[in-house]
Order: sequence, then structure tokens, then C-alpha cells
Amino acid sequence: MAYKFDFGAIVPHWELLLDGVVLTTELTVIGAVVGVSLGTLGAWARASRAPVISQIVGIYVELIRNTPFLVQLFFIFFGLPALGVKLSEFQAAVLAMIVNLGAYSTEIIRAGILAIPKGQIEAAQSLAMNRVQIFRYVIIRPALKKIWPALSSQIVIVMLGSSVCSQIAAEELTFAANYIQAVNFRAFEVYFVATALYLAMSVLLRWVLKIFGNFLFERRSHV
Amino acid sequence: MSLVELHAIHKSFGELEVLKGIDLKIEEGQVIALIGKSGSGKSTLLRTINGLETINDGTIMVAGKKVGDRDTDVLTLRLNVGMVFQQFNLFPHYTALENVMLSPQVVKKQSKAEAKEVAEEMLAKVGLADKMMHYPDQLSGGQQQRVAIARALAMKPRVLLCDEVTSALDPELVNEVLAVVRQLAEEGMTLVMVTHEMRFAREVCDKLVFMDQGRIHESGAPEEVFANPKTSELASFVGGLA
Ligand SMILES: Nc1ncnc2c1ncn2[C@@H]1O[C@H](COP(=O)(O)OP(=O)(O)OP(=O)(O)O)[C@@H](O)[C@H]1O
Ligand SMILES: [Mg+2]
Repeated sequence: MAYKFDFGAIVPHWELLLDGVVLTTELTVIGAVVGVSLGTLGAWARASRAPVISQIVGIYVELIRNTPFLVQLFFIFFGLPALGVKLSEFQAAVLAMIVNLGAYSTEIIRAGILAIPKGQIEAAQSLAMNRVQIFRYVIIRPALKKIWPALSSQIVIVMLGSSVCSQIAAEELTFAANYIQAVNFRAFEVYFVATALYLAMSVLLRWVLKIFGNFLFERRSHV
Repeated sequence: MSLVELHAIHKSFGELEVLKGIDLKIEEGQVIALIGKSGSGKSTLLRTINGLETINDGTIMVAGKKVGDRDTDVLTLRLNVGMVFQQFNLFPHYTALENVMLSPQVVKKQSKAEAKEVAEEMLAKVGLADKMMHYPDQLSGGQQQRVAIARALAMKPRVLLCDEVTSALDPELVNEVLAVVRQLAEEGMTLVMVTHEMRFAREVCDKLVFMDQGRIHESGAPEEVFANPKTSELASFVGGLA
């Protein structure tokens, strides 16, 4: 083989890679927190019997789940300015991730809500709780607990999907890798390292989500 | 004025008319047993009393107030009417104590200390003072049902509805729950219970209501009703039990 590996060629660019990792992490954290919150609201709307709002959310979910993330991102970044909404690369990337995760997590969380036995909701109704109280105290925690593994996987998928944001020059990890290999022509080494970094971030993220889930659903008295 | 008055209640599920004009008065302190064949509409009737089922026609008055179908009405109604279910329906993520404290805190806005005091009192009353920190899946069926009763009582309802509260229990656990219900009856709690425990109904209830095909066929003092069934439906129901 003629190719001589030279991982040393990446070293001068380590700060770029680090910046990329940081930005990917920021995108993921904001996207996950806001996206899952949006998904929780969406799931509530879907599960409630308010027909109009439930249908609107349903359309949103189908729209997002049946179109590519890249196109959603382009629409937000290149399309919205036509309506006077001009976002920075970072803002557009984060919004696209929120909107995307919001749709997927709506469906995931909805499944968790539907798995709550009807009797528990009727018991709560019989105790004179209103809808908001029932959702907050009776439904959401057991529902999230049931679907936490699926939701965690979806968050990881969205984190990996953020690599697509390099396409609008959001300077996340893939953007950094693309940039570096364009200057040093060390495609193998650069993408090898980028792959390893994504892998490490995924493993770490899964671990963090697991710990967080344990904390959320742990049995501890609130009295 | 009776505590609860049902007048000409009609209820259909689609084409199926399940309640065909029910009139029933429940007096303060009365203990009523609803009996009848499976599918006769007992649960549906009970569930209309606290608004879990909407009605198609008729009026429901609780504590002198007519219950419309506005949300606020229903919530006020439910403050007066507690319910216990066949399947216990405890909240799995809360301890026994938290199950009982939840609604007084969030609905009645009681302080934690206040809610805790009431909850401890109610759990002690149903004989579970030593299980307060247990989660539902750490309790037997009978214990879970007693927590469910304590949970309903903590809201201080004027009337308690019990829908076959022992039907999901292993036979050896039935008595501990019936004992609690009996104690409530003796303390003067207004109770409406759907039950298949005829002996218990006969001993504890003031009034027996026999339903068949969505109608109240007969009602009266248990001894009377059992001894002299006036309709063939009740006669065959009683006969079927023997
Ligand atoms: N949500 C519902 N939708 C459609 N039909 C229903 C519904 N709930 C009850 N029914 C029907 O209404 C009828 C009366 O049911 P209900 O549960 O009130 O009877 P029940 O007297 O409590 O019977 P059981 O002793 O078996 O509990 C039955 O034919 C039942 O199938
Ligand atoms: Mg029933």
C-alpha cells in the first residue's frame, strides 16, 4: 500500500475539532431539552381529545417524520428568509434539531401515555384532579419511564444527525472535519478521528441519559 | 333533600341503551348495595354518579346542586363523591402515603404537613400504618385496595362509591377489605356499592337495589327483597345464587 498514515497531520487542527465537539454538544443539549419538552406538549395534545390541536400536531409529526432532516434544515436556513425570518447557522441548526426531535419524541411519548392504564386516570379524575394535574402528577412520570430507552436512542440519533448541519456551515464536528481534510488532504485520518469522536460522544450521551433516567425515575420518597 | 338524587337517567353507548330511566335517592348515612347480573348496568350507573360517564338524559343532584356537564361542575361534584375500583388503580410511582396525600395537596391545596397528617390517619384506619412507605407493587391486592379506600377517604367525600372492590382479590384477601367497608358503614359513611357478596350486602346494607337490563327492578331492605322477590328477574337472580 502506497498510502502512509499520518495522524500527526491532525494535531495542528485539534482546536478546530474541539470547537466542533463543543458545538455539536451544544446543539444536542439544547435540541434535546427543548425538543423533548416540545414532544411532551405535542404528546399531550395528541393524547387529549381536543380535536383541532391534536390534528395540527398530527400533521406536524407526519410532515417531519416523512421528510429528510437535511431538507428541513435547508428550509429553515435558506427558505425562511423569504418570510423575513433570517437565522444564523447555529440558530437554524438548533431550530431544525428541536423541530425534528419534537416530532419524533411526540410519537414516542404519546406511546408512553397511551400505555398508562385507563383506570389510573379514572382514579385521578375521581379524586377531583383536573386535566393538568392528572398529566403532571399521574401520567407523565410513568409514561416517560416506559419509553425512556426509546427516547434516549432518538436523542442519540438526533445528535448524530447534527452532522448534517455542516451543510449550512454550522461549525460542528463534521464541519470541522471537512475543513481540516480540505486543508491537509488527510481524509482517512481526519474522518477516522471524527468517527471515533462521534462514537465516544454517543457512548457518553447514552450513559448520561441512563444516569439521568435513573435519577428521574428512582424511587425516593417526596414526603 | 337527599344527598344524591338521580332522576330519569338515560345512558347509551352508541346503539346500546344501558340505563333506561333510573331514579335513585341516596340519603346521608345510607349504605346501598347495587346487585344484578353482569351487564345490567351497575358499573355504568355508579360511574354516572361521579361524572365518569356522561348521561344522555335525566338529572343528577348532589348535595342540593344540579350537576351539569361543565368541567367545573364535575370537579365540584367529585369533591363530594369518592370512588374505589375493582382494580385498585393506585399510582405506581408513589408510595402508599403519597398516593393518599396527592389529591388533598394538589386539589385541596393542603400543606404537606396537613395532608400527611390526614393520610396517616386514613392509612391507620384501614390498618396499614406500617405500610405507608411501600410502593403499590410491594403490597398485596388486599392492601392495595385498602390504600385505595384510604386515598378516597382522605378527600373527605360525602359519599363513597365502591365498584366490586373485592372481585379482583384472592379469596383469602376479601375479608380484610370487607372489614374496612363494614367499619365505614358503621361509622355512618354514605356508601353505594356494587357487590356480589350477598351475605355481606344483607348484613351491612340498609337498602338493596336490584338492576336488570338497565332498570331498577326492585329495591328495599335487604331482608325483604331477598325474602319476597316481586319480579321473576330477581327471583331467578336470587335462585341462581343459591
Ligand atoms: N365504554 C363502553 N362502551 C360500550 N359499551 C359499554 C361501555 N361500558 C359498558 N358498556 C356496556 O354496557 C353494558 C352495561 O355495562 P356495565 O359495566 O355497567 O355492567 P355491570 O352491571 O357493571 O356488569 P358487571 O357485573 O359485569 O360488572 C354492558 O353491555 C357493557 O358491555
Ligand atoms: Mg361492573
